[in-house]
Order: sequence, then structure tokens, then C-alpha cells
Amino acid sequence: MAKTIYEKIWDAHMVYEPDGQDSIVYIDRHYVHEVTSPQAFEGLRLAGRSVRRPELTFATMDHNIPTTNRALPIADILSRAQVETLKRNCEEFGVECFDMHDPRNGIVHVVGPELGLTLPGMTIVCGDSHTSTHGAFGALAHGIGTSEVEHVLATQTLLQKRSKTMEVRINGVIPPGVTAKDIILAVIGRIGTSGGTGHVIEYTGEAVRRLSMEARMTICNMSIEAGARAGLISPDETTFEYLEGRPLLPKNKTRDELVEEWKQWASDPGCAYDMVVELNAEEIEPQVTWGTSPEMVTGVKGHVPVPDEIEDPDKKLACVKALEYMGLEPGIPMESIPVDVVFIGSCTNGRMEDLREAAKVFRGHKKADPVQVLVVPGSRVVKKQAEAEGLDKIFLEAGCEWREPGCSMCLAMNDDRLKPGERCAATSNRNFEGRQGKGGRTHLVSPAMAAAAAVSGHFVDVRDWVYKEA
Amino acid sequence: MKSFTTHQGLVAPLEMMNVDTDQIIPKQFLKRIERTGYGDVLFYDWRYLDDGKTPSPEFEPNAARYQGASILLAKDNFGCGSSREHAPWALSDYGFRVLIAPSFADIFYNNCFNNGLLPVILDSATVQNLFKEVRATEGYTLTVDLENQKIIKQDGAVIPFDIQPFLKQRLLNGWDQIGLTLRHEEKITEYERTRALVYSRRA
Ligand code: SF4
Repeated sequence: MAKTIYEKIWDAHMVYEPDGQDSIVYIDRHYVHEVTSPQAFEGLRLAGRSVRRPELTFATMDHNIPTTNRALPIADILSRAQVETLKRNCEEFGVECFDMHDPRNGIVHVVGPELGLTLPGMTIVCGDSHTSTHGAFGALAHGIGTSEVEHVLATQTLLQKRSKTMEVRINGVIPPGVTAKDIILAVIGRIGTSGGTGHVIEYTGEAVRRLSMEARMTICNMSIEAGARAGLISPDETTFEYLEGRPLLPKNKTRDELVEEWKQWASDPGCAYDMVVELNAEEIEPQVTWGTSPEMVTGVKGHVPVPDEIEDPDKKLACVKALEYMGLEPGIPMESIPVDVVFIGSCTNGRMEDLREAAKVFRGHKKADPVQVLVVPGSRVVKKQAEAEGLDKIFLEAGCEWREPGCSMCLAMNDDRLKPGERCAATSNRNFEGRQGKGGRTHLVSPAMAAAAAVSGHFVDVRDWVYKEA
Repeated sequence: MKSFTTHQGLVAPLEMMNVDTDQIIPKQFLKRIERTGYGDVLFYDWRYLDDGKTPSPEFEPNAARYQGASILLAKDNFGCGSSREHAPWALSDYGFRVLIAPSFADIFYNNCFNNGLLPVILDSATVQNLFKEVRATEGYTLTVDLENQKIIKQDGAVIPFDIQPFLKQRLLNGWDQIGLTLRHEEKITEYERTRALVYSRRA
């Protein structure tokens, strides 16, 4: 029978499927970061347990670390303690850790793929909801809680029940100026933040096939914002090419052997999904969120909604509260909204292509005067490559700040945060109240849209941008 | 883990859909390396005024009549967003034992069961009706009987609810998940010997 990639991976990782209970699923890769792991390691210690397969486990520090001078110790005592605790736990339990000073350090969901640790057909977990990112490689990847982190550390398995499957098919070709970020925001706008609950999404269709790996990661990354357990894209030539020569690929097989293995994971033609959603890529505009949930989104040529026109009482109330929090008048054009801060980075849009796109918009332009612009690469590898391509100069000349890698203002756990009332165009994934700092107002956009807003001082349609050559 | 059988408690309403875990517990409180002590900062940004101390009069669960509540009545997609288990830690540290909503986000729902917290899913109309009753009656309590899968109102009316049998057993018995899984250790070892993906080991 024709199987979906989800069914193939699920079946291949079944350790034990007891009647009426959750199944025991084997985990091939476990990523760990400083925020959601200390209590898990402590639990192991208290129970006298060890990490079952430390060689399948990799840790990085990303959430708490400063994006300014790394030579200085972290000023915040609690952040420092958390980072040091991770380091100590990794040493004690024999887990490899890319600490703040390691050249491989960066955001966990940027680091895994770029090192070649994320591979097709794997099951991957991390105590972090954006683990869905790794699904871009055709790996079944999802976020787990700290108790489950402990469970995976101790047993290399996870208790799971089979999910339903949802195909999100993006037909056609995306127009110039429209990016993966706009596709996924449009999908979330369509199905809502709980639209994927209980499902694993597989993204298919011509537009998805044409996307690069980095763009696919952007899409899978935000599957969680659609409520899905995971997002997946079947592996293909684009996947295999991306993986070519990655430093931590398995060394016991030739490339051809690996590709043969990887190929088998793709969904079979004619497989069936529990639910199908279709979008036409040609109709997708650059997206901007206006509210405090990623589903509160519209095209850049659109307007802030008018609550009185919303019938559903819950949605109406949510809209009223969101507009109040966001300080927006109903009905105004999205392009009229000014920004104070622009944040380019995160595990959604902190990779090379994102920085290249943003740099292309900035080239030959200056940021608008009062706007603060933070450009934060997703990893040290990304930072180095961007500098080799001279992108840092373009950013600096445009008046942006070029920072050290980390999660930074995506969740504002370190010092990078909005002040109350500040309005930010962000390339990250969550516009929740206070996400980027208490009282801060977040609008989610693509890197190109963020750069264009930085130069213009308000949102503009990047499809009309006048690019300047160097 | 704490087990859960029946619970009777005061109900507090939180009428807002898509309550995310950033709201349940903001990031500045995720820096601690312990599992306890998060109750005081539950719903921090909504619960307190800008000084971070004075309870906000606008946050409904702050009302005097809801103090001591142990059952939270919520709306659709409660617990969406980040996977932080700090969210159920904070809810349970505050004193909640039961959450009632029309739907919960997946990771959060799962995390509740690892912390002795019972999330009950009821249809929207029933939840909406409970909101009405809670507000109309000071001291509104419910009894939640997990074994028999029912919620009993003060007037004796019964609302049945569904729950997956295994999740129910987990809570009733307060099972240690890791211990349970390790009872099947020979199956894990066998899997590793025969089926674990070769490329998942770095040679
Ligand atoms: S960049 Fe943001 S979303 Fe991604 S892992 Fe860091 S905090 Fe989470």
C-alpha cells in the first residue's frame, strides 16, 4: 500500500506498540539546549540513571546567550548559571556540547541541519517546539516537554500515539518578492493556529518542490504555529545536494549509499492523507501579522481588520484585545504602520539565504533614522559565511547592528528586548504578547520585508522595491 | 509523580482563546534550573500591574471570589506555542489540578499528564455554559471524577468527558513513565541491535 513519509518513519521506529497504550518510538537524534534540560538531567541524577545513547545526543546553548561581546562573562547570574549547568551536565553524562565559544555554536535548529546531524528518515526530538524545522529534511521531528527530555535521555525512546496526517499542497510558482515565510504565514492565516492540532503536516506541491532547503526549513519551522505535531517535506535531490559534504555526516557509508537510503523515505505516489489543504502560490502576497497570534495575518496590501465585522464572538474578542495590545486602529492599511525596531534572525529566518535576501534590500540604502535594526545570524557558521560574502558590511553601512548568533530578540531571554510600546518587524515566528519584551509589539514578516520596513520606517510592499547594485 | 483520582475545587474563568505558554509563564522565569517555585509568576504579565507586584484588577482570575481556585476554565487552543514544561509546572504550583477547555495544544496537553494535571476537553457549548454559571454563582465548585470520567456540578448534574484510557491510567496511578518504559528495555535493546538506522550512529 502507498505510504506517506510519516507512516514510513513511524513504522520504522516502532519499538513496541502495546494495546491501548502509547507506542514506544525509537529516537535517532536528540538535541538539547540550556533552558529545557536542567530539570531533566537533575531527574536522571536523582534516579541514578544515565544517558542511554549519548552519541545520539547533541547540545547547544542559544536561548540565553548574549549577542554582544562573547569574551565577557554573561552578566545575568541566572542565565550564566543555566549555561554553566548545561555544560556541566553534558560533561557528566558524556554528551557533546557546542558551547558559546565553539565554532559550531548557534541556534539548535540551525546547527543540526548545517552540521549534517539532521537526516532524512530520522526521528528527532528536542525540548523546543520549533524542532519541527528538521522536518524539512524528511525527518519526523517534534518538540517535547522536559519530562520527555528526561525520558529520551534515559531510554532513547518516546511514548507517542500515531498522529493524523494533513497534506498542505502549495500549487503553482511563487511570484518574485514572495518567500517561504509568506507561504507559511498564509497557510497559518488559512487554517488557524489550531488548524493542525493532532496532525503531522506534509508540505507538497510544485511551489514546495522548487524551494531550497533553507526555505523549506522556514516552512517546517512554523508548523507548530499551525498547531501541528510536526511538519515534513519528502526528501528529494534538493535535500541530497544540501547534505553533500556536511561535516558530521555518517562516515560508514558512501554518498551513493546514503542517498539510496534517504530516497526510500519520500511519500509514495498515491498515498492518502486524513486531510488536504490546497493553496495557490500565485495568489500569495508578502504577509504581515497585525495581531498577537500568527493566524492574525494579512497581505501587505491589506488592512488591519475591523472587529465589528467579525461574527464569531471569541474571534471578535481576541481581535479587540489584540488591536488594543498592538496599539492599532481598525481598518488602517498595513503599509501605514511605522516600526521602531527591526529584528532579522531566529531559527525561522536566521540562515544564509535569509541574510542574503535582507542584504539585497539594504544594499545602497540606509535604515530610516529612528529605527534600530538588529541582524543576528543563526549560528557561528552562518556568521562566518556572511562575513566571507561581505554581507556584514552591507548591514553595517545601512546602519544595522551586526550581532553574535543566538535566539536573541526572538524570545528576548537575553538582553535583546523591546521596550513597552515599541513596534518591531521581526523575522521570527511568534507575535505573542510580550514575546519580544513586555509590552513590545511584534509583526512577523520575511527577511526582505523586514529590511524594506527598516529602510522605509514603515511596512512597504517589497515587490515594489528598487534594488541598487553595489 | 502525583496521582489524580477525584478532585473538588473552586473554578476560575479565563475567557481568552489561544492562550500561549509565553503568557502562562513568560521567558524571564525560565532561567531557573528547578521544577518548583513558578506559581507566583503564573500569568505574570496579565496578572500583575507594571510594578510586577500589584494584582491587576482587569485579570478576571484575580478577583477575590476566585482566590484558592484549583480548576481553570479556559477557551480553545489553550497552551499553544512553546513546549516549555514550565507552563504546567506553574499552573500546578499555583494550585490548579484541573483545566477545562474546548481544546488544548498538543505538546502542552501531553506535558500536563507528566505533572499530575488533568486537562479536560469539553465541547464549546458546554464550556460556554460553565463560564456563565461560574460568573453567576460565587463560590462555584465542580467535582472531577477521573475514574468515572465525569464532572459533577453542585446541583448534582453530571457532565461526562472523554479521555484516552492510557492517559487516564497514567494519572490515576501516578506512574513514572521512564520506569514503565524501562520495563520493556529488552525490546529497546533488540530494536537497537536489529533496526536502528545505521546512519544514526556516527562511525
Ligand atoms: S530562535 Fe526563537 S523560536 Fe527558535 S529556538 Fe530560539 S527562541 Fe525558539
